[in-house]
Amino acid sequence: MKINDVILRTVVKGVVFIILTLGVYLFFSGHNAPGGGFIGGLVLGSGIVLLYITYDLETVHRKMPFDFKKVAGLGVLLATGSAIGAIFFDAPFLSQTDAYFTFPVIGEKHLTTVTIFEAGVALTVIGTLVTIILSISEDE
Amino acid sequence: MTIEIAIILTPFIMAALIPLFYRRLQRSFIGWVVLVVPVSLFLILTTYIPHIANGKTVSHTFEWIPSFNINFTTYIDGLSLIFSLLITGVGSLVILYSNFYLSMKESLHHFYCYLLLFMGAMLGVVFSDNLMVLYAFWELTSVSSFLLIAFWHHRKASRAGARKSMTITVSGGVAMLVGFLMLYTMSGTFSIREIIADVNQISEHALFIPALVLILLGAFTKSAQFPFHIWLPDAMEAPTPVSAYLHSATMVKAGIYLVARFTPVFGGEMVWFWAVTGVGLMTLFWGSFNAVRQYDLKAILAFSTVSQLGLIMSLLGLGSAAVHLGYSTSSIIYTQATFAALFHLINHSTFKGALFMMVGIVDHEIGTRDIRRLGGLMSILPFTFTIALIGCFSMAGLPPFNGFLSKEMFFAAAVTITELDIFSIENIGIFIPIIAWVASILTFVYCVIIVSKTFFGKIKPDVAEKNPHEAPFGMLISPFVLIGLVITIFFFPNILGEYILRPAMASVYPTFPVAEMTPHIHAWHGFNIELYMTIGVIVLGLLLYRYMKYWIKIYRIFPQYWTLNAMYERIISSSENMSENMTKRYMNGNLMHYFIYIYISFVVIVAGTFLLLEAFTWNPSLDAPVENFELLLIFVMIFASFALLFAKSRITAVLLNGVLGYGIAFFFVIFRAPDLALTQLVVESVTTALYLLCFKYLAELKPEQSSKRVKVSNGLISILVGSTVTLIGLAVINYEKFESISTYFEDSYKLAGGKNIVNTILGDFRAFDTMLEVVVLFIAGLGVYTLIKLKAAKKGDADT
Repeated sequence: MKINDVILRTVVKGVVFIILTLGVYLFFSGHNAPGGGFIGGLVLGSGIVLLYITYDLETVHRKMPFDFKKVAGLGVLLATGSAIGAIFFDAPFLSQTDAYFTFPVIGEKHLTTVTIFEAGVALTVIGTLVTIILSISEDE
Repeated sequence: MTIEIAIILTPFIMAALIPLFYRRLQRSFIGWVVLVVPVSLFLILTTYIPHIANGKTVSHTFEWIPSFNINFTTYIDGLSLIFSLLITGVGSLVILYSNFYLSMKESLHHFYCYLLLFMGAMLGVVFSDNLMVLYAFWELTSVSSFLLIAFWHHRKASRAGARKSMTITVSGGVAMLVGFLMLYTMSGTFSIREIIADVNQISEHALFIPALVLILLGAFTKSAQFPFHIWLPDAMEAPTPVSAYLHSATMVKAGIYLVARFTPVFGGEMVWFWAVTGVGLMTLFWGSFNAVRQYDLKAILAFSTVSQLGLIMSLLGLGSAAVHLGYSTSSIIYTQATFAALFHLINHSTFKGALFMMVGIVDHEIGTRDIRRLGGLMSILPFTFTIALIGCFSMAGLPPFNGFLSKEMFFAAAVTITELDIFSIENIGIFIPIIAWVASILTFVYCVIIVSKTFFGKIKPDVAEKNPHEAPFGMLISPFVLIGLVITIFFFPNILGEYILRPAMASVYPTFPVAEMTPHIHAWHGFNIELYMTIGVIVLGLLLYRYMKYWIKIYRIFPQYWTLNAMYERIISSSENMSENMTKRYMNGNLMHYFIYIYISFVVIVAGTFLLLEAFTWNPSLDAPVENFELLLIFVMIFASFALLFAKSRITAVLLNGVLGYGIAFFFVIFRAPDLALTQLVVESVTTALYLLCFKYLAELKPEQSSKRVKVSNGLISILVGSTVTLIGLAVINYEKFESISTYFEDSYKLAGGKNIVNTILGDFRAFDTMLEVVVLFIAGLGVYTLIKLKAAKKGDADT
């Protein structure tokens, strides 16, 4: 039986962009406003899961050929790596720093190394979330 | 970064690099690349000799965890220099030898990686001044030894031997750790040098003797002393170069290092004197007694190593008497035992290393190590025969080889000690030279067995058929270097004494004048009791060997059931059964039971702690007023949770659960926690998606069939958990036992550069938690993945 899911597919096409944009926004707005690596990753991950639920595995995989186990692994490496990195600057483990930089076009921006750490968190969350859901749904 | 830290780190760095580059190298090159490490380290360390021989020491501190007094302090003095030279020197020879010994088909990158890991760890042990760092390296040597013993892990005996050595040495290591912590409690420092400096303050402490015993346990297990020696013969399953390196020259001497290092601390105690001397002598005798009846050449060498380690250990015990006596012109003579110990330590590494390599050659060329199948190899392997002859003569204590010198000094020390009248030596001290002498006779017997059964007599027909030939030149270099040393040390022992041993004596006896403790070693010192003892050893040893078949039966008297190995097996298997039974009792696969365990322990621990500390307080005046829409929300949630209890289908249950989750999210919004609300909403949605995926695997929801009693008790537990949480929630508002840490977070912008406190806590103040949570999350994800994929891989036989 073929399920008629035209409405779902049409809605998802629009909604997924909103969700993913929201995820990215949340990720970057962290630190000074609600958001951050964990919640950003969670939103991005749920957006990807929504894609997988709406379309079939092969279609999504063709467009997004990531191995999400590796994404999660990369995240763990980023998080621990940014923690270890501090040691080489003669600072205690996990120290983070921040500074203001002036860029052409976009102007002055606040950059922090904690963003790398948060990116690690986000990637781990995305990777783990999608890995778990995919492996359960792939299981026959 | 100083040169000493670099010395310790180089092997580790190389070990980390091997997996990266080994694919690009030709297989035969790996060993040669690795060889660069020990050779260059050896050369660097030799440059320290003149400096150390002048009585100086080198020390450098890298602050690691200063708040816990744990610093990476390297300290090079005479004692650590001896060991480091052995580690790098024998290490170079062993790696050179392995290049020819190991087949190119073996997983060489693993082998050299573990070997380098061991080398670095061992250097760390002897260079560390900080007890905690020393302990970490100490356990790392056990781990690398485990990996090397199990190198041929497809063989059951290798795995069993590896496990045995790991179990015994790590248990001893943990005992030693407790001893170290006791020392810290007494002295307030982890630095060995500082402990030695205020030994007078701590020697009266009640923990002093327990610490002594525990540290000795660590040393005895590592150095294979009776009754812990049983792991060493089983460790012979390792490739022969490993046996030559770890299990005769270096790792098993870590215990000896520890005893020598702690002699200034504990040496004055009677317990120390008798424990080290007694266990050493017992090991010396038991090892040599058991070596005689072995058939495997490596097993003979293993027991011989056990016995020789006992010899060195007992010498250190005898030498500790001098610490008790304190410095005087009459007590200086007792320090000679320690001098002999350090001298024999070096000698043993030279001849035993050569002998192990000799056995490796025999095994490699003939294909067996069983002396019942060997014989007459003198004509086939003439060079190997030379190595065996010189090595065995040195081990048996014959001139003109270095073993003779140290064995004579051992006899001298054993005889001298009987003149003392402390520690009740006057009563039983006479047994010390007697046991030493008897064990030396047995040592002589097994040395003769090794040489004669392997190289004399007729060639066995099945060996002759294979048409064996002498080992390749490369394999002979290392043993020949070692037996070259055996002879050189005999003729020039005083160079070694002057430059290497004398500074080490200063480390063991810091309060004694160094110059008087260095004797001039003579090969010939007239007809005295030591020489008569040696002559007696030769005569009686030859007689015993000649009439071996008449007395060999005594080995069968001892019942098999009571041997140490059988007892070890019984302890291991019974503890396995016990833990299995215990685990089966609570891991029964019933989720309901797990929840009961979790909740009961939660209530007992948390509510119990609150009750004990009288932390449950009730003060409604501080509570915020409850608004009407909050009441409405609470009513909805209560309704949903009651409905959940009576849900007939799973989909209803999932939806009602969702109502609860979204209700909580609403509360987060009301209480102005947008981060939490957002997270809760997304988590709820993802959980629902997961439920949908899992639906087809779940069985139909059946009405609960449990008895009334179970239902009541479950209900009681849920009510208890709920009320505990509620009461804690009400109590924390009024809690005043300690200061709130929230003020700390209020400075988040200044301290962490972020205005969102939640995020600065996650990413900065408590980043350690976040980092580990990320790791846990990743591991959990991999766990789910592997569980599902593994089940799919062996579909059919998996019924869960």
